[in-house]
Amino acid sequence: MPVTREGFEPLIVAFCCNWCSYAGADLAGTSRQTYPSNVRVIRVPCSGRVNPGFIIRAFQRGADGVLVAGCHPGDCHYHSGNYHARRRFTILKQMLDYLGIEPERFQVRWISGSEGAKFSAVMNELTENVRKLGPNRKLRDAR
Amino acid sequence: MRRTGVFICWCGSNIAATVDIDLAVAAAKKMPGVVFADQNKYTCSEIGQEMIREAIRTHRLERVVVAACSPRMHENTFRKTVAAAGLNPYFLEIANIREQCSWVHKDKETATDKAIALIRTAVAKAARNEALFASELPIERRALVIGGGIAGIQAALDIAENGFVVDLVEKEPSIGGRMAQLDKTFPTLDCSACILTPKMVEVAQSEKITIFSYAEVEKVEGYVGNFTVTVRSRARSVDMGKCTGCGDCMLKCPVKVDSEFDLGLIKRRAIYTPFPQAVPNKPAIDRENCRWFTAGKCRVCEKVCPAGAIDYSQEDELRTEKYGAIVVATGFDPKKLDNYGEYAYGKHPDVLTSLEFERLLNASGPTGGKILRPSNGRPPKNVAFIQCVGSRDKAKGNPYCAKVCCMYTAKHAILLCEKVPGARPFVFYIDVRTPGKDYEEFYNRAYEEFGATYIKGNVSKVFPDGEKLLVRSVDALSGALVELEVDMVVLANSVDARAGAKELAQKLSITTNAYNFFNEAHPKLRPVETHTAGIFLAGTCQGPKDIPETVAQASAAAVKVAALLGKDSLLSNPTVAEVNEKLCTGDMSCLAVCPYGAISEKMLEERRGRETVRRKVAEVNMALCQGCGACTVACRPGAINLKGFTNEQIMAEVEAICL
Repeated sequence: MPVTREGFEPLIVAFCCNWCSYAGADLAGTSRQTYPSNVRVIRVPCSGRVNPGFIIRAFQRGADGVLVAGCHPGDCHYHSGNYHARRRFTILKQMLDYLGIEPERFQVRWISGSEGAKFSAVMNELTENVRKLGPNRKLRDAR
Repeated sequence: MRRTGVFICWCGSNIAATVDIDLAVAAAKKMPGVVFADQNKYTCSEIGQEMIREAIRTHRLERVVVAACSPRMHENTFRKTVAAAGLNPYFLEIANIREQCSWVHKDKETATDKAIALIRTAVAKAARNEALFASELPIERRALVIGGGIAGIQAALDIAENGFVVDLVEKEPSIGGRMAQLDKTFPTLDCSACILTPKMVEVAQSEKITIFSYAEVEKVEGYVGNFTVTVRSRARSVDMGKCTGCGDCMLKCPVKVDSEFDLGLIKRRAIYTPFPQAVPNKPAIDRENCRWFTAGKCRVCEKVCPAGAIDYSQEDELRTEKYGAIVVATGFDPKKLDNYGEYAYGKHPDVLTSLEFERLLNASGPTGGKILRPSNGRPPKNVAFIQCVGSRDKAKGNPYCAKVCCMYTAKHAILLCEKVPGARPFVFYIDVRTPGKDYEEFYNRAYEEFGATYIKGNVSKVFPDGEKLLVRSVDALSGALVELEVDMVVLANSVDARAGAKELAQKLSITTNAYNFFNEAHPKLRPVETHTAGIFLAGTCQGPKDIPETVAQASAAAVKVAALLGKDSLLSNPTVAEVNEKLCTGDMSCLAVCPYGAISEKMLEERRGRETVRRKVAEVNMALCQGCGACTVACRPGAINLKGFTNEQIMAEVEAICL
């Protein structure tokens, strides 16, 4: 991925829970709701499975934006995973801000298995916002 | 490095039109560990699967990556494929380059880049996949059916027929559901009660089926084969053992409230059965309206009951039982017409919904089966039937077609002509939709034989005009304005998901669509399963459908349940948490976040030099763990990991996806 601002195409890594958001991403596909190819999904069982370390590693390895997507509060396939995620990532967001990562680069969203259109809309929005911010230079490994 | 094979699927043109497969294969060949990469038009076909098995053998593959459709689609298919060639099924990884790539991107170059990145990610993960083994779990040979309408009744009967015990939970005091409210059924004009009530009785008499009426599902825990369900039976205030169903109490009760069963067209008492053929035919006291419960006096029913069955002190009863499988058959609600003031519903008594009209037709209904205008008790002459009220209406209703209205309106038109000599039905429609065996012929009869007038047009307004109603529309075929004076208007209101469907979906961990109908696992190939193993769907809770379709789906769900309960044991999901006892410090933060109580403390005895020391560590119960991975994040020393989604695997994915 180019690190210059010109013709900058951001890399977005999306951690999607298997039950809701990954299904929502699949539904976006089945219903041909297009979004930019900048977004790449990693499938996890639950948003509560996402270790903050994964997110920091993604930023270090050159991701310009990271999304964690899970079931809506109250809808977690595992009852409470997204509540753990919500608390954990509220704190992580502050920490990333402190480290100099713009808060817009890291988003947590609830996308259900029936919200293909929402998945696509979130991906469009996130890509646009991160594109405006330019490349993530702060945490990126010097390579 | 593991010897990895990559198989890239065209999926016909679904993937190949957007992803340059040759380029992807060439790129895959250069990925770390990849010793073989090839493409196939349809990898899921027998030829495609044989290609994988063949390559595993000839290239001594240790890991397999299939780049194709979503793992939610074919992960199991390909796990079986690699297992057939002697590999552990969990050595397979899928790169989702269809739903999450070719179907959502248009530009071939960037889509190809992304597909290659996804394949690289899957290869990186696969290299770290370990052999996983499912263990066997026992199955509870008992089924739960939620909802006692025709879908639940049919499913319960068929499951019982297969030899399994069924509990049937119904919210109302009687089973029967919506079908019990209907008069005749299309296209044969069978009397609904005549075909339904024998089935209701069969349920009541079955030794295998227990009905829990006036009851609702409170809590659902567990997993396929081993659900633990708590059912709340509401206090009926009537001792079911003593009550003989004589009905004296219902005659003497002084309270009259709108009958839900008759949609408020007549009154029922506070102690009531919803309808005469109720099963169980024993009343319940509606405590919200009972004078004893609201005002502290009365007790008339207690005085008149010859069996001494009235028991005001009854309390809700919670009952917890284990089930192997669950069928959800909770039905639908007719759409509320709050948004449709233009049709004068609620403003003029002669504007009815179609289910209200159905009650007028019914011999046990408020008029004894005579079609009479609620305003003056006289039979109507001209009746306007307005189709698609709240259906196919993106602006303020449901965008979908409710599927049954065209047919039941044809039925209503025919029955109107049969019951009221000289009456004329006028049907305002957008399109008449009659797919189904003998359906088009039935609709033809409505206008050929009975002279129903069909007018293509959306009704803009219904005006109350003295005793009459004025219906204003456009005849879309001639373009002319139509103003019609009628005596009665019947609104074919749409089919909504049952109120409370969303909450039930949450309890069951199943998903709904945007309109709160429960989602099937696959719209074509797995229409009665849900994404939660062991939970099946029947009837209109999954989407609008008519009675034949509902019964067919219920029987299908019953077969799935019987197939499940007939197994000796189930294979457990092996992607569960695992503790590395060497690293575990016993601080037990994992225990606090586990939603399944799957983690417990264990004492280890270890030799340290000459001493034997005891040390606390965490232990995972593999039967209880569902593999959410919450514990892995909570664990400070990184001692607990989730098989199939280990920290190392996900980190490798992050690294590969960012390259």
